[in-house]
Amino acid sequence: MPIETRRSDDGKTLTICVEGRFDFSTHQSFRDAYEHSEPTVSHYVIDLSDTTYLDSSALGMLLLLRDHAGGDGARISIENCNSDVRRILSISNFEQLFSIR
Amino acid sequence: MKVLLAEDSASDRLILARLVSRLGHAVIEAEDGTEAVDLFRETQPDLVLLDALMPRMDGMEAARQIKALAGERLVPLIFLTSLSGAGDLARCLEAGGDDFLVKPYNRVILEAKINAFNRMRGLHQALSDQRDHIRRQNQQMLDEQRTARRVFDNIAHTGCLDAPNIRHHASPLSVFNGDVLFAAQRPGGGTLVFLGDFTGHGLPAAIGAMPVAEIFYGMAAKGFGAPDVLREINRKLRRILPVGMFCCGLMVEADFKHNSLRVWNGGLPDGWLLRAGGDRVAVPSRHLPLGVQEPDQFSASMTVLDAAPGDWLVMMTDGLPEAPNSGGESLGEEGVLSVLAGLEAGQEPFEALLARMQQHTGKPELADDLTLCCLQMVRAEAPEAMPDKIPESALTGPADWRCVYELREQTLADFNPLPLLLHICMEVPGLRSRSGEVYTLLSELYNNALEHGVLALSSEWKTSPGGFSRYYQERTRRLGNTDGHFIRFSLEHQPREGGGTLTVVCEDSGDGFDFTEYSDTVMQQQAASTGRYAGRGLEILRRMTRNLKVHGRGNRVEIVYDWWFPDAAIISGA
Repeated sequence: MPIETRRSDDGKTLTICVEGRFDFSTHQSFRDAYEHSEPTVSHYVIDLSDTTYLDSSALGMLLLLRDHAGGDGARISIENCNSDVRRILSISNFEQLFSIR
Repeated sequence: MKVLLAEDSASDRLILARLVSRLGHAVIEAEDGTEAVDLFRETQPDLVLLDALMPRMDGMEAARQIKALAGERLVPLIFLTSLSGAGDLARCLEAGGDDFLVKPYNRVILEAKINAFNRMRGLHQALSDQRDHIRRQNQQMLDEQRTARRVFDNIAHTGCLDAPNIRHHASPLSVFNGDVLFAAQRPGGGTLVFLGDFTGHGLPAAIGAMPVAEIFYGMAAKGFGAPDVLREINRKLRRILPVGMFCCGLMVEADFKHNSLRVWNGGLPDGWLLRAGGDRVAVPSRHLPLGVQEPDQFSASMTVLDAAPGDWLVMMTDGLPEAPNSGGESLGEEGVLSVLAGLEAGQEPFEALLARMQQHTGKPELADDLTLCCLQMVRAEAPEAMPDKIPESALTGPADWRCVYELREQTLADFNPLPLLLHICMEVPGLRSRSGEVYTLLSELYNNALEHGVLALSSEWKTSPGGFSRYYQERTRRLGNTDGHFIRFSLEHQPREGGGTLTVVCEDSGDGFDFTEYSDTVMQQQAASTGRYAGRGLEILRRMTRNLKVHGRGNRVEIVYDWWFPDAAIISGA
């Protein structure tokens, strides 16, 4: 599975790991990952340790998640990006919308 | 199923024909290879049973000819053979056979094979039907795209992309890959260019591009600057695009009069200013793409760069650095930079980048999702009157009127009144053909009143190297405090035989300046040598108008501008 999710013990944090290419082919499974999450989830972590590539449709998916999680009030962190992925996120200035670590 | 049976032995043929027809299939019989090929051509059977060894033409040759005749149609071909050597059997398959049946015939195996090939035939037919269906659909989509493209072209015409100082590559169908490229002359001089890249492909991307084109060309023609156009595009896209879809973009406003470039980059690869002297300045993305943020969070702050005639600004979509070569590797932004760094004096960056791309991809044609545009700074020219014919609707409208428009306090910082004032003047029948000149008059008066009157900025900064950026920073800072200030425009238009007279008085609340010296030089009917006051724009105004008067402490400027209908319009307008 290119997308895996895990929930923290207190149920408040949902971590979504994307493996390989984060592009349009992962659209449905990425949506499923957060749309079917428990209502107790208040914080999302997108773990990109195993993501090799990210394209503009992935940026769109991140915006959809942000919208789902409450728009400007959303708490989403993007973690462990490699340098290519990081570069794409920063060209689009996504650090203004997400906390990127 | 129709089964063609080719077998030279009459007894074998009889046995096999009976077997096959008992299975419920129609049998066509041939005695040798030549007859088999002829009958195949005539009867178009669904399956062929072929003896390997026959007189006149053997099974191998018949198989080759039958497969050639069948073309794309799958006609399973089973060899009947008493041969048992592995090499012989392999040759049967190499000649085009799909399987073989070894004599003597076993009814059960024959039936199983015929049924298996019948299933395969059905599968092949279904695949072919689906492929044809997809092919038709794709053709229809391409036809629709071509039609849609024509509609799009009517809205997003090429603007001034064909100007001699603009070089660009944009595929005709690139809009269906989400790329858009627009360029417009600003009234009163200067050029506005927008390069955009929508997320996604196909119809959604093209639909998003439509309003962007309308906003860009509509607002540019009315004299709006890049920040206003960007804010409007963002507002519109934020409203109409679904979350997750957006437009990366780069907008540049080239001001040839002040030799400056104002650039905004939200999500596109670095743009590059290439100075004629060899310096390179990156214009990286500093903003979120268009359509992501709410209007109140959107930042249209522009990067201001000093530039001189001959300098190039290079902008591109990510299709250029990301285009793969045959090995799947992309050029990368480093590759782009190395091309720009290797430019020789006088070499155009556009040609060099395209040549590098062709070498990289190994293809003469570039992909659809790659757009490149290079804009060269040129010397400022006097604004040209639009040579277009005057439409009928332009010959009716208000010709005799007066209005006063005053901006106060914070509005001075927030609002650019020029499009509105230009719009009022353009309602005058026939005056539209002079929109460039009128815009220049209004903007010189306005900038003079705002920058030198209200904000008390020194125009001398603009003439020093690198000074324009400093000037601009100071301008932004001082706009933070406009308490107690105003700018008042009084516009008056009167019709005259064959034209009209526009009188504009512009007053401001600033401290004014020592204009006596200026008035003296005006009286001496001097040539264009008033370098010191050039920044105040008064020299331009003096040359374009019948009369220029500076009153009070220099904070009340009056101009009288006479204009005439173009020749053709006098006849129809009289």
